[in-house]
Amino acid sequence: MAVNYSAKEEADGHPAGAGPGGGAATGGGGAVKTRKPDNTAFKQQRLPAWQPILTAGTVLPAFFIIGLIFIPIGIGIFVTSNNIREYEIDYTGIEPSSPCNKCLNVSWDSTPPCTCTINFTLEHSFESNVFMYYGLSNFYQNHRRYVKSRDDSQLNGDNSSLLNPSKECEPYRTNEDKPIAPCGAIANSMFNDTLELYHVENDTRTAITLIKKGIAWWTDKNVKFRNPTGDGNNLTALFQGTTKPVNWPKPVYMLDSEPDNNGFINEDFIVWMRTAALPTFRKLYRLIERKSNLQPTLQAGKYSLDITYNYPVHSFDGRKRMILSTISWMGGKNPFLGIAYITVGSICFFLGVVLLIIHHKYGNRNTSADIPN
Amino acid sequence: LASKNHPLFSLSQQCAGEEKRVGTRTVVVGHRPVSEADAYVAQKFCDNRIVSSKYTVWNFLPKNLFEQFRRIANFYFLIIFLVQVIVDTPTSPVTSGLPLFFVITVTAIKQGYEDWLRHRADNEVNKSNVFIIENAKQVQKESEKIKVGDIVEVKADETFPCDLIFLASSSTDGTCYVTTASLDGESNFKTHYAVRDTTVLCTDEAIDSLTATIECEQPQPDLYKFVGRIIMYRSNQEPVARSLGPENLLLKGATLKNTKKIYGVAVYTGMETKMALNYQGKSQKRSAVEKSINAFLIVYLCILLSKATVCTTLKYVWQSNPFNDEPWYNEKTKKERETFKVNGFVFHSVCSSVILSYICKWQGDFLHQGKVDFGPVEFVFTDKTGTLTENSMEFIECCIDGHKYKDCISEVDGYSQTDGPLKYYGKAEKSREELFLRALCLCHTVRIKQADQVDGLIGHPECKNTYISSSPDEIALVKGAEKYGFTFLGLENDFMKIRNQKNETEMYQLLHTLNFDPVRRRMSVIVRTTSGKLLLFCKGADSSIFPRVQQEEIQQTKVHVDRNAMDGYRTLCVAFKELTQKEYDRIDRQLNEAKMALQDREEKMAKVFEDTEADMHLIGATAVEDRLQEQSAETIEALHAAGMKVWVLTGDKMETAKSTCYACRLFQTSTELLELTARVVGESERKEDRLHELLMDYHKRLIQDVPKPRGSLKRSWTLSQDYGLIIDGSTLSLILNPSQDSSSSHYKNIFLQICLKCTAVLCCRMAPLQKAQIVRMVKNTKGSPITLSVGDGANDVSMILEAHVGIGIKGKEGRQAARNSDYAVPKFKHLRKLLLAHGHLYYVRIAHLVQYFFYKNLCFILPQFLYQFFCGFSQQPLYDAAYLTMYNICFTSLPILQSRHSSVPSAPCLHCVIIPFCSSQTKWVGAHVTTRCVFQVFGNWTFGTIVFTVLVFTVTLKLALDTRFWTWMNHFVIWGSLAFYVFFSFFWGGVIWPFLKQQRMYFVFAHMLTSVSTWLAIILLIFISLFPEILLIVLKSIKERSHQVRNKMKYCTVFLQRPLLLSTR
Repeated sequence: MAVNYSAKEEADGHPAGAGPGGGAATGGGGAVKTRKPDNTAFKQQRLPAWQPILTAGTVLPAFFIIGLIFIPIGIGIFVTSNNIREYEIDYTGIEPSSPCNKCLNVSWDSTPPCTCTINFTLEHSFESNVFMYYGLSNFYQNHRRYVKSRDDSQLNGDNSSLLNPSKECEPYRTNEDKPIAPCGAIANSMFNDTLELYHVENDTRTAITLIKKGIAWWTDKNVKFRNPTGDGNNLTALFQGTTKPVNWPKPVYMLDSEPDNNGFINEDFIVWMRTAALPTFRKLYRLIERKSNLQPTLQAGKYSLDITYNYPVHSFDGRKRMILSTISWMGGKNPFLGIAYITVGSICFFLGVVLLIIHHKYGNRNTSADIPN
Repeated sequence: LASKNHPLFSLSQQCAGEEKRVGTRTVVVGHRPVSEADAYVAQKFCDNRIVSSKYTVWNFLPKNLFEQFRRIANFYFLIIFLVQVIVDTPTSPVTSGLPLFFVITVTAIKQGYEDWLRHRADNEVNKSNVFIIENAKQVQKESEKIKVGDIVEVKADETFPCDLIFLASSSTDGTCYVTTASLDGESNFKTHYAVRDTTVLCTDEAIDSLTATIECEQPQPDLYKFVGRIIMYRSNQEPVARSLGPENLLLKGATLKNTKKIYGVAVYTGMETKMALNYQGKSQKRSAVEKSINAFLIVYLCILLSKATVCTTLKYVWQSNPFNDEPWYNEKTKKERETFKVNGFVFHSVCSSVILSYICKWQGDFLHQGKVDFGPVEFVFTDKTGTLTENSMEFIECCIDGHKYKDCISEVDGYSQTDGPLKYYGKAEKSREELFLRALCLCHTVRIKQADQVDGLIGHPECKNTYISSSPDEIALVKGAEKYGFTFLGLENDFMKIRNQKNETEMYQLLHTLNFDPVRRRMSVIVRTTSGKLLLFCKGADSSIFPRVQQEEIQQTKVHVDRNAMDGYRTLCVAFKELTQKEYDRIDRQLNEAKMALQDREEKMAKVFEDTEADMHLIGATAVEDRLQEQSAETIEALHAAGMKVWVLTGDKMETAKSTCYACRLFQTSTELLELTARVVGESERKEDRLHELLMDYHKRLIQDVPKPRGSLKRSWTLSQDYGLIIDGSTLSLILNPSQDSSSSHYKNIFLQICLKCTAVLCCRMAPLQKAQIVRMVKNTKGSPITLSVGDGANDVSMILEAHVGIGIKGKEGRQAARNSDYAVPKFKHLRKLLLAHGHLYYVRIAHLVQYFFYKNLCFILPQFLYQFFCGFSQQPLYDAAYLTMYNICFTSLPILQSRHSSVPSAPCLHCVIIPFCSSQTKWVGAHVTTRCVFQVFGNWTFGTIVFTVLVFTVTLKLALDTRFWTWMNHFVIWGSLAFYVFFSFFWGGVIWPFLKQQRMYFVFAHMLTSVSTWLAIILLIFISLFPEILLIVLKSIKERSHQVRNKMKYCTVFLQRPLLLSTR
């Protein structure tokens, strides 16, 4: 883009002075002060200025360049995205044929828990690390009443908040006069289905190792969420005086057997507590690591998903999904971004061509026709 | 200036009740009852306390708060805040309460401080010591204790503590010198006269013996008007009455100079003094910023309200499904179930909008301290004398009885001889010559200022005697007479002294001065020669003199006058008549009667003048040159080139004005002139018909016959012909106030259409009121174009006040025009810069400011609105509260403040609604789709932060695109505010803030940036959001380029003159 340095015109004479004004308000006279502004570049608005000149000649190449940059980026993204393997399976059990149909109207406290198994086949093998997500639809985690229903200082291990949770947690603040830990609607409605994945080969089921650590943000797990502090590391003792959320089958200190994944720093819990932006969302559930370089993480073939169906979604018309996906340098599967880049780049390029034609056709004709005047 | 919005108005009204305003007041001098019989009833006048302060310690808080909340924005904001406190809303009350509190506190502190200063100044004035004569003794009192009727002694260099009637001074002739610099800015000395009969009472004892009453009008703000009479009672004598005029009134605020002391009696005190009444402030022309921001606010609020309505409706529709209203995972509290909830979205959006309105207002005020907009001024009305010209007159020639007298040598000495340096073209009789020169020497109001008298002033050390007059013409004439051997030596005790050609001193007793006024356009003096002859000399414009002299004398002089006028000189005719004693007695009586009148004094005086100045003999005429001001021609050309129409409104003769107009290139040689003057119309009975004929003819030529500009631009350009119109006062009044009502408005319309077609209009022989009439006429035409008036004299004040923008030139005719103007400039040439640079920039900035605010706030609100569709209309804010508050205050406010030179989008309204709509739509939809497809993993705060980041960048970069001139300030604020945003986001998310209930932004921004696809999405979205903008700029530049080439010839002058405005694209 062509640029041009130009110092602005010197302000010549005196600035348009204000009139005599009102004079001293009470006729006191007073010392005569000059109202003339200082003759500095700033006050006289004479700062040197850089003036970008937008002409067809400078803008049109810019259009082409933008087009030329965007299109390859878009193609790159698109190809990368296409190489990402993703498999999604709905296990809500709305259809009567679905194995999980029997669990559709499950409630929180049904014992024994309803379980179902869904078999599926992966057409292509998943080469790199696989991320396992659960997805919910029509679940308004972004509802205002829901979003604010939490107490971050309780989750941060503050002992006074533990026993006296914030008012925002209502109506999930106390139960039977005991403070709920963790309080609030978000915690109360934590996703509690258990998903297990098996590779089925010749009717033998091999369990696939699902790693449950490393799914939450590092800062959340280590800074934002903390178990209450006190004597010793016995969580049961530390949560003394609190009660479990109404819908939970077990208290927070029994979420996991490992101490560094238990209590408030349980990663499933942390992931759930990060409220989703839209009513259809997915949350990271487990990681499947690639074991050796020779074998793909998940080879093509038959698999079965064992579900402990605890989480009722039918009452609000929700859906539950399980998603398996690999990731690349740019994140998960995202064909849209690539297409968008390609589209914008093409439009730029196209407009560049059109404007060039207009510019040449009309700009030249006008100059030649009218200059004689 | 604080004095501009002085609060005196309400106070003074309390002081002088309405009923006292009309009629007169009677002041008893020294509180001595006139006669024993009359019971002395002390009239109640207000005391001499000046109160310019608004508040006292006690009422400051309530009154200030009341004043502040009277402003719509503040009040609205308060309501929002209260609602937020009472009702549960999505944003905390702090979001709106904090800025409100801040604004209110800062304003209160500022106003309190200003008021404290005013209190201090008031005290200084009110507590100052003055001397009052009571029982023949001086009593020292505080100024505020002065009562109406007190006799006050004022010493040299003191300011008058109240409005005084001048009774006596230390100088025996009963004069004193006063400077009114702090009242009207005129720093020259003015002479005031004591009442004739009291001048001898110049000691404390003597003044105390005076028994008199003063009747005068109730206080009125006009500084130059005063009507009253003093009635003096002496034992065993008939009471004597004397008239009192402004020359007898000493105004509060003026300063006594060069006089040891004076005595005066207080007539107006405290808030009733003319000075106090003058600070009531004229009707303020509303600023463009305020107007446009208010309009913008209304539109914006409408948008918000409709959004809120939509949201609320949809919310209840959505909630009608119980699964949506209260799913198992998200139950309501007991309280929520019981109370009907107001949809807080309204408040939420509105509060952010009001925050921005503050910022708007602040920034507007900050940027544009001026009151009035120059906006797109379409019509410029200018005075001629003193505005286009220098108003420094030079005597060129004169003619006596048709004989031309002109000096050809400019530098001469020893011109006391009769025929030294002068070249005579034929000669008139000696006696006529002398009569003419005596007339020039006598018929004026010039005063002589001796050098030693004005030691207070600097500037006249070179000459011993300085002529001082309100009109430069008179000085030029007196100096002219001096060249021919008649020197005016001054006025002493009513005797005018003249040194004649033979070096003898002649004495004339000045009996009456019939002062000049612009309506009468002449002035006269009546003098008595030493031999007892009574002479009346009159000088004035030819149009006002010729009808009053013997008709057979006119012809020979008229030739000269016309020729001089053609040369652009100002001409004056001189006439005289001899009065018999009887005639004089009658005139004297009539004049005194009229002067004594308290009601309608002016009308009565005018009538006497009219009767007196009749049947005179023409002696000759003078020609005075008034040179054009430097660069006035260039300025007019520049204004023309910028598409403004320049009208010259002058009181001068048509010929004089016309030649000036040619000289200052208002009329080009190619301009076709249309005339609507007495000359063309004629003087006959049928002049109205003739006028109508002319009007129709011109109308046909200008409007009907012009082919419609169809086809190419080129054709219409070549066909365009500049028309100029000349109209004079009498014809104008014929058009505007026709004798028969039929079809009058029709002709008025036609006239207007003709006027609007002409590029230049010259109106000559205009009375001040007619000037205002013209301005009003143009102002009220369809489309109400912005008008601007420039003038320097008192006769331009009406026109200055009438126009949208009034500009005063600080000329030689006092400061009245400058005082009444919105802007004052020293020279006409500054108008060019004022209008074309400052005015245009101002306009551009305002337009840009408002549009930009509209843009950025629509961009801000729309994603919020759209988000409601995805969160169950639950009013969940999309952005974090910190962002919500900071958006208008920190992230996006600074760059626009600095954007001093930027272009204005061509189609403002459409543009500023559609573009942000599009861009925010894209932004949101983009973010949404991306999130839906990819970032289902991201939380709602991450999502909001992505949208917000795109928003801040888009809005700031859009400003960068609009910026034409990049100074280091622009770079600093634009890139600085983006950097600040990034820095702030890191900082805000980097710490667990103990005072926050929710740590929702913790590491969100940093985490967001770890994802490559977020980066890609943000870049893409910013680009898409700005894409329509870029496209528009490119299209416009292409269009303008071709346009520019086409009009290269025509506009090249504009480019030379407006380098700031039309950058070389």
